[in-house]
Amino acid sequence: MSNPPSNLLPILDRFGPHVARSGPMRLATDAEPDRLVKTHCCFCGQQCGIQLKVKDNVVTGFEPWYDFPFNRGMLCPKGVKRYLQGAHPDRLLTAFKRDANAPEGFSPMGYQEAIARVAAEIARIQKAYGNSAMGVLSGASLTVEKAYLMGKFARVCLKTPYIDYNGRLCMVSAGAGNKKAFGIDRAANPWSDIPKAELIWISGANVAECAPITTEYVWQARDNGAKIIVVDPRITPLARTCDLFLPVKPGRDIALFNGVLHLMIEKGWIDRPFIEQFTVGFDKVAEHVASWNPAKTAEVTGIPERLIRQAAEWWGTAKTSFLMHARGIEHHSHGVQNVLGAINIVLASGRIGREGCGYGTITGQANGQGGREHGQKCDQLPGWRDISNPEHRAHIAKLWGIAEPDLPGPGVDCYEMFRKIDAGEIKGLISLCFNPMVSLPDNSFIARALGKLEFYVTIDFFMNETARHADIVLPGSLQEEDEGVVTQIEGKVIKINKAVECPGDARQDWKIVQDIAAALERPTGFTFDSPRAIFDELRTASKGGVADYSGITYEKIERQYGVCWPCYSESPDGKPIDHPGTPRLFEPNSWNPIAKGAGPYYFPDGKARFNVAPYTPPAEVTDAEYPLMLTTGRVVSQFLSGTQTRRIGPLVDQYPEPRIEMHPRLAETMGIKDGDWVTAESRRGDCTLRAMVVTTIRPDTIFIPYHWPGRKSANQLTISAQDPISKIPEYKVCAARVRKADGPPEWAGRLEPQQG
Amino acid sequence: MSVPSHLNFYIDASRCIGCQACVQACTECDTHKGHSMIHLETVDRAHSTQTIPVICMHCDSPTCAEVCPADAIKRSEDGVVQSARKPRCIACNNCVLACPFGVPKMQVEFELMMKCDMCYDRSSVGLKPMCASVCPSQALFFGTREEIEALRPQAAPIDRFQFGNQTITTKVKMMGPKSVAGQRPEHIDVTAAMEEHAPPRSVSLGVLNGAR
Repeated sequence: MSNPPSNLLPILDRFGPHVARSGPMRLATDAEPDRLVKTHCCFCGQQCGIQLKVKDNVVTGFEPWYDFPFNRGMLCPKGVKRYLQGAHPDRLLTAFKRDANAPEGFSPMGYQEAIARVAAEIARIQKAYGNSAMGVLSGASLTVEKAYLMGKFARVCLKTPYIDYNGRLCMVSAGAGNKKAFGIDRAANPWSDIPKAELIWISGANVAECAPITTEYVWQARDNGAKIIVVDPRITPLARTCDLFLPVKPGRDIALFNGVLHLMIEKGWIDRPFIEQFTVGFDKVAEHVASWNPAKTAEVTGIPERLIRQAAEWWGTAKTSFLMHARGIEHHSHGVQNVLGAINIVLASGRIGREGCGYGTITGQANGQGGREHGQKCDQLPGWRDISNPEHRAHIAKLWGIAEPDLPGPGVDCYEMFRKIDAGEIKGLISLCFNPMVSLPDNSFIARALGKLEFYVTIDFFMNETARHADIVLPGSLQEEDEGVVTQIEGKVIKINKAVECPGDARQDWKIVQDIAAALERPTGFTFDSPRAIFDELRTASKGGVADYSGITYEKIERQYGVCWPCYSESPDGKPIDHPGTPRLFEPNSWNPIAKGAGPYYFPDGKARFNVAPYTPPAEVTDAEYPLMLTTGRVVSQFLSGTQTRRIGPLVDQYPEPRIEMHPRLAETMGIKDGDWVTAESRRGDCTLRAMVVTTIRPDTIFIPYHWPGRKSANQLTISAQDPISKIPEYKVCAARVRKADGPPEWAGRLEPQQG
Repeated sequence: MSVPSHLNFYIDASRCIGCQACVQACTECDTHKGHSMIHLETVDRAHSTQTIPVICMHCDSPTCAEVCPADAIKRSEDGVVQSARKPRCIACNNCVLACPFGVPKMQVEFELMMKCDMCYDRSSVGLKPMCASVCPSQALFFGTREEIEALRPQAAPIDRFQFGNQTITTKVKMMGPKSVAGQRPEHIDVTAAMEEHAPPRSVSLGVLNGAR
């Protein structure tokens, strides 16, 4: 049922993406803003502080917020131009319903009528097929309050186990690995530890483009004398001047970590006292890496042996260090193992839990951290609790005022939800802050699944590519139209402040969700009057959990420029305290509610875990038919599925359309020159884009950025293989081939760069 | 109002990551809103991700002003070389051709030369220019000499540039590596450097060609 109109042009004409540029009010140099609102960027997990200029209920520009400690005024191009998403011509100002007679596929409808229709359809589907026939998809760009509410809404209002979120495409491998090794899932150190380290190891992270402000921390470390090691299939802007570049074959990171640990053990570059006092499981790991000699490591990783030896020596003999990684090692069918491999070399070095000795994954989305802690994940309850743990269930059920047996059990990951939609098990879907038609792998399958839904409602501020499949679209809110908290890259909870009111019929997402609950006549637990009220309930819900927010208040956040969780409201002996938060985890004498003083790690014995991390090749290895590895990623001027950034003119100008990066040695074999139309193909699909011929990529690898939809989408090619533990899809490697295209794609000259 | 004398602009091209935050933020400055005055040069993308941000170097004896037949380009007492004055500029392009750093831009639609004025509305009241405010790599840095010396102990600011027979001293400083003896290099010989090959520090994938 949920298929978009076959002719795309009317829908593009009506709903965009069109690009916005500065109009007269924003260009006027004499127009003093009514006020400056201190808040944060709406995009990545760094959550840079920014001041928005507001005039006549429109965000007209920005002024750097020099006092905010993390970024001290620094912003990337997305942060600079983010204000152009407001007062945008594509903004959804009313609800819309599917209308087969309208060329653009939709016609406007009244908000109340839309809510009534949504409630009626949910009730109908649940009556006919059971509560579990409804699914909920949410996102990690939502505030903590909204993420919490979505988890509660699915379990309490809809009574379905089927909720998951787009952090599934982002942070889950890091989360699962950290949970196994440390019993807690958060960057272990504040970023201020980076410049204090004498060695920086960056694996699978295009820091300059995906976490640009982190660059300054890395460069400051270098200026203080640090060496920098970068592991990547591409020479990223940060890698260009690093001290040691390891050009790893996509999907082979675990082999490198095992090989480095092998050398550390062989040469005695490990911290025995630390390992004995603070960890368990080292001997098994040592036994496992015994076979990972440098020759084998070089063979598997594609990295010359001398570079592996050099990296191991530097890592092994450093006195202080900071290891960070991102999706490059996590987006794999063995993403969790890659993360565990990285943690193993950190633990073996003993360099964690101290000033200048750090480890952390680089969070992707705005609330990639907070969004994975409070229950919108299919297996999780607030406070980073486990939905399968009877004690945790009882705690949350009591708080939510329901009987424990009525609390649904674990659901499935978001990709599996689409498989359930395809199989006819899930009949109705509500989505918020998720654009799977662009962001999920093998997206022709996603389109097919969406077509099988009996009812699909989405809440969004723009008609994104997935919303085109919806029966009802409800007009939601932009980040600057609401308040709430977000947990950034360092585990620091910061406050988003409201700058402007929602336009037209649009309203805050949490109000829309509560309106649906009310229309379903299931309002109990969904009568919050403000984000602050939601936050207060969340604080209580998280109390005693690993992700304890109970000591955090909006006021404390403002006073301290953010509060790192865990932040307790009570001391270990139950007395109320004013806890400042925990900027650095695992300090030797630190207390946590799991170890209760036994040690600094979040297990009953207080010790960290070494985990054997066996190497397995990617799900799809290259062969004669598909001899290349395709890897995907981002560009600095776009963000995720581009719903916002493909509507901002200056950002579209900076990198208008995706290109296929390839090495000249590969290009030459097919007579491909820079700028030629090239067709990349995998077993799932193909796309024709222009070639970008550069020597900064491995000759056996091609790279396509994924921010674009339709026939420009890299995710037509990617594989839906998933990590068995984290369920993250393997975006970073699949088998592919390229050839010179027969001609320009059919969209060339017809669609604007940002459209598809 | 004038730019406080203790505040300086430093460029460290080795830090640049080509993100264009400076280009985008430059268009937000009230003195030239909607137009970026930054030149972000991509050196040779086929072989490197190297980029270099170029702002006006604010020369002590600005060549652009010296060659201006209409006397449209003024250097204020704090050493900032201002954009051409609209009533005087005859859009002859002399300054564009003469500037050794290639900074002035001819805005054909306004028949006016425009260039970086160090965000004079901001810097003259002690605020950082837009580009140096946002620059995520701090390749563009605005602050005191004490700050830069403390933060970048391995680099030295250079404000003398040799172009053939012309020696130029500038208000904006370029960070270069300290010489082996830890001494501050005297100047950068730009024309001589054009003949040199890429420094060996550059990372390349050549390692893949080598034997294991």
